[in-house]
Amino acid sequence: MTLETPSTTRRRPRYQIKLVGMLGLAIIVFWLIVAAFGPHLAPYPIGEIVDQDYFGPMSRDFWLGSDYLGRDMLSRIVYGARYTLGISLAAVTMACTCGVVLGMSAAVAGGWFDSVLSRFLDAMSSIPSKLFALVVVSAVGSSIPVLIFMLAIIYTPGSYRFARALAVNIAAMDYITIARLRGEKMFHIITAEVLPNIIGPVLTDLGLRFVFIVLLLSGMSFLGLGVQPPAADWGGLVRENIDGLPFAAPAVILPSIAIATLTIAVNLFIDNLPVKIRDRSE
Amino acid sequence: MAKLVEIRGLKVEAKTDANRRIEIVKGIDLDIAPGEIVALIGESGSGKTTIALTVMGYTRTGCSISGGSVTVDGQDVVRMTEQQRSKLRGAVVSYVPQSAALAFNPAKAIMDQVIEVTQIHGIMPAEEARQRAIELFRALSLPNPETIGERYPHQVSGGQLQRLAAAMALIANPKVVIFDEPTTALDVTTQIEVLRAFKDVMRRAGAAAIYVSHDLAVVAQLADRIAVLRNGEVQEMGETVQILEQARHPYTRELIAAFEPHRAPVVLNDIDGRRPLLSVENVVAGYGRSKISSSLLVKAVDDVSLELYRGRNLGIVGESGCGKSTLARAISGILPAASGHIIFDGRELGSGYKERTAQQKREMQIVFQYADAALNPAKSIDEILGRPLAFYHGLTGEAQSKRINALLDMVRLPTSLRGRRPGELSGGQKQRVNFARALAAEPKLIICDEVTSALDTVVGAAVIDLLRELQHELALSYIFISHDLSVVQAICDKIIVMYRGKAVEELAVENMTQPQHPYTQLLFSSVPKLDPNWLDSLAMDRPVVTA
Amino acid sequence: MNKHILFLITNRIFISMITLLIIAVIVFVATTLLPGDTATILLGQSATPEAIEGLRKAMQLDEPAFTRFITWIVAFFHGDLGISYANDMPVADMVGRRLLNSLKLASVTTAFAVPLSLFLGITTAVMRGSIYDRAVTIFTIGVISIPEFMVATTAVLIFAVYLKWLPALSLTADIDTLAGLLRAYAMPVITLTCVVSAQMIRMTRAAVIDALASPYVEMALLKGASRKRLVLSHALPNSLGPIANAMALSLSYLLGGVIIVETIFNYPGIAKLMVDAVTTRDLPLIQSCAMIFCLAYLLLVTIADLIAILSNPRLR
Repeated sequence: MTLETPSTTRRRPRYQIKLVGMLGLAIIVFWLIVAAFGPHLAPYPIGEIVDQDYFGPMSRDFWLGSDYLGRDMLSRIVYGARYTLGISLAAVTMACTCGVVLGMSAAVAGGWFDSVLSRFLDAMSSIPSKLFALVVVSAVGSSIPVLIFMLAIIYTPGSYRFARALAVNIAAMDYITIARLRGEKMFHIITAEVLPNIIGPVLTDLGLRFVFIVLLLSGMSFLGLGVQPPAADWGGLVRENIDGLPFAAPAVILPSIAIATLTIAVNLFIDNLPVKIRDRSE
Repeated sequence: MAKLVEIRGLKVEAKTDANRRIEIVKGIDLDIAPGEIVALIGESGSGKTTIALTVMGYTRTGCSISGGSVTVDGQDVVRMTEQQRSKLRGAVVSYVPQSAALAFNPAKAIMDQVIEVTQIHGIMPAEEARQRAIELFRALSLPNPETIGERYPHQVSGGQLQRLAAAMALIANPKVVIFDEPTTALDVTTQIEVLRAFKDVMRRAGAAAIYVSHDLAVVAQLADRIAVLRNGEVQEMGETVQILEQARHPYTRELIAAFEPHRAPVVLNDIDGRRPLLSVENVVAGYGRSKISSSLLVKAVDDVSLELYRGRNLGIVGESGCGKSTLARAISGILPAASGHIIFDGRELGSGYKERTAQQKREMQIVFQYADAALNPAKSIDEILGRPLAFYHGLTGEAQSKRINALLDMVRLPTSLRGRRPGELSGGQKQRVNFARALAAEPKLIICDEVTSALDTVVGAAVIDLLRELQHELALSYIFISHDLSVVQAICDKIIVMYRGKAVEELAVENMTQPQHPYTQLLFSSVPKLDPNWLDSLAMDRPVVTA
Repeated sequence: MNKHILFLITNRIFISMITLLIIAVIVFVATTLLPGDTATILLGQSATPEAIEGLRKAMQLDEPAFTRFITWIVAFFHGDLGISYANDMPVADMVGRRLLNSLKLASVTTAFAVPLSLFLGITTAVMRGSIYDRAVTIFTIGVISIPEFMVATTAVLIFAVYLKWLPALSLTADIDTLAGLLRAYAMPVITLTCVVSAQMIRMTRAAVIDALASPYVEMALLKGASRKRLVLSHALPNSLGPIANAMALSLSYLLGGVIIVETIFNYPGIAKLMVDAVTTRDLPLIQSCAMIFCLAYLLLVTIADLIAILSNPRLR
């Protein structure tokens, strides 16, 4: 006769949704839609000077005021969203895909592959990110593809380190040993055994890295070394309109606020993800 | 006579992940007289530690006392303010933790921490406290009592640290000492010394004690009364001798039965006389390679040989660090042996698993101690069992599904578990799934590496029963590795005792009462028995094993 | 000193040296292996072939990359940083003055940021969950999430535009009087202090919370220790190592922040010099500034790691 302590729960896991997290998600989705449908949403064509006044206040005609030349800020910000979000998303996807693939492989394969790769990527991450960006831009210029690749390269080592640390913990587990003993190939172990266990934290890291990239890109554009005029991402918009600062013109404040809403929304969402509830009696 | 501690209707609640409140202690009544040692026995989750901690008015994070009273020396701790409780802690009620290694601040010398209690409560000047501490060290049989206090925690061994924690608890002359499973993490041979020291010092101090444990035999040596707990309720309570010999509650009886799993009458299958199933010859395995000679830096397994015939079981026992787990890894190929031969079913195996054929890998399976780490938490039981079936036998679809049901049936698990994830199963269920996965390969040999050590005694005994049944049905052989003698005795025909990497003795299980080697004698005599007089009657001149 | 500690320290320093070498290679590769011919770019399309050839020889552009690298590295560590393209002055002279300015800014910031962060970090950890803790946490997370130029513009808006205590962006050259000095420094220091403190506070708070959650702190509580004793006698001494480590790491954020701050406030420091150099593609200047920055960063990170090694009590 077997006497078992009864299984702790027979319930399917439920999700507990946190309101703050959903607020963050809503803002992110909002900006994604703006970026995707930009041209259809902007009330004025982007390059046209439409206001007599420059650094005009927020009014019925110009919801977000006008910039240093008299162009409509709302349209500029809407178009700016395409650059900021587009470049950042492209870069973060590349960075995290590379980082995760390399990190998992290094953790599972071990040996010299792991050592060499880790040393190299560690050295790369010893260069402060702004500095690396400055140096690369000085060498190769700042076209959009260059920016995307550069941002991806800067943030791959961090993603690699994170994914590798997670994967190393998993690789030490007995179920990986059992899979190896069975004779499973490395590819199978990485994709079927390791990946499902790290995908959650990896996506969180992706979100954080996205925030870093947005901030770095904006900083570079602010210095004049990112997206070049006449195109402008949000950082570039601040740079253009910086002379309006002593007048507290909306043109210089609003693009910064746009950046802040995006980054804070991502942080809020990541910190308050829906939590799986497993009811356990202690 | 007034009771020192009176617990009435104690209830403790805890908050679960879902922010629900559940009761983990459901209305306990308990009395402790001055100078009396009361044991709280139960499996994990029974609430014993929680109850013990409430005597100090303390609950772990997430828990709170929701009802009842705990009166210590006339005052109700539950109604006290935190400040009043602080005055109580250490001075009237003190605590000996389960893991002394964690309870000491690594950055401070031991003596400072031992006398800290006296400084906090202003009981005696520092110099006097130090003298008292040294006396306690001597009473606890610690080596170098005058100087051991100057050391740091990481410079002292586990058993010594546990005794130092006891000194720390006794220095302020408390009226009640709470012992929270203090010997669980220690080796059996170390445990003896520590238990003796505790018993001695408690007798002299005349303080009362609450001794929390899951080990009946250990508790039988020290306690005057025993309370058996399960799921936050007291099942039975009484004098030690009465509980051990005339237990009334069925749960108590079950605990006592599980303590010594009975040995079924052995039905020895005919030995395949031609050759053994597994033959290990002069295997050396370990870690690190010295650059000078090409020998190993650490020889965890040093020239071990053994034989196992089909249908028989071999047990390997020893204390931590003796090399038994390394031997298991060497045999299974996880850690390639540095030298020696391993011959399985007539053919010599490659030293690492990468050099073995698919069939050889399939026919030898290994099951590990911690089921949590052995099952992929992201997969369902269906997927976990389905993969080896597909991999080894090419079974898919309907055929695979039928076989999964058959496997679950073999390990006595309901097929409704198939869609669940490991996180939703209990410890015993997870270990059974582990075995089901091993059986999916249709092996000839299963190496069991401490498979019951992480389980509750009752659950573990059930797993042993299962293993025996499976052996009859499937003509399996086991290598059973454990530090727990009684478990090994229940299932194996032959036992090998390991010490510091060497196999010091090989015994047929009938001869277990007559060990020849001095270490084996020491080991066997250190296992606590369910006899309250066992500790006291232990021969003072036990064999001493030299390096 | 313990042999083991000595080994760990020398190991760490050795790794830093190797990293420095790799960084030098990367900086060199990024700046000198440009597409296009450097000499032609510098002299313009209308230059004569002889002039281009002459410049080539002078810049040693025909040598293999490896020799150029060695020459450059050796010169760098001898203090010869080359001649600036744009200004035709020795880079070392230009850099020297500006480096000093940047160091002044960094030291003043550190002097403010460290005590402030220690205080806020420790107190919020001890009073975890209180309204005070929540308010500080919201502030720090807010600052960390926004770009540095937004911190700067907000500071300007508050102090210059609304409160009118300080001038806005223009920087007077008058740094001789105390008032002038304060005005020159105030905005950049305020901005940088916010940026760096936010990081420091978070990391300090985490280190103290970690120490407070240790089992030995629970044990001390069970011995009847008061909250004050737990924090002062047990948690803090054990978290000094992690806190110092956090401080050193956070100071490395200064390097990034200073680039923005010097640009936006027109502060004559080395970061602004570098940003200008990038705009004018002044290679020797870029190389030297980059190396100096990387050296500073490496120094801070290495110190942080060494503190972590030394503060581990088990190694004594």
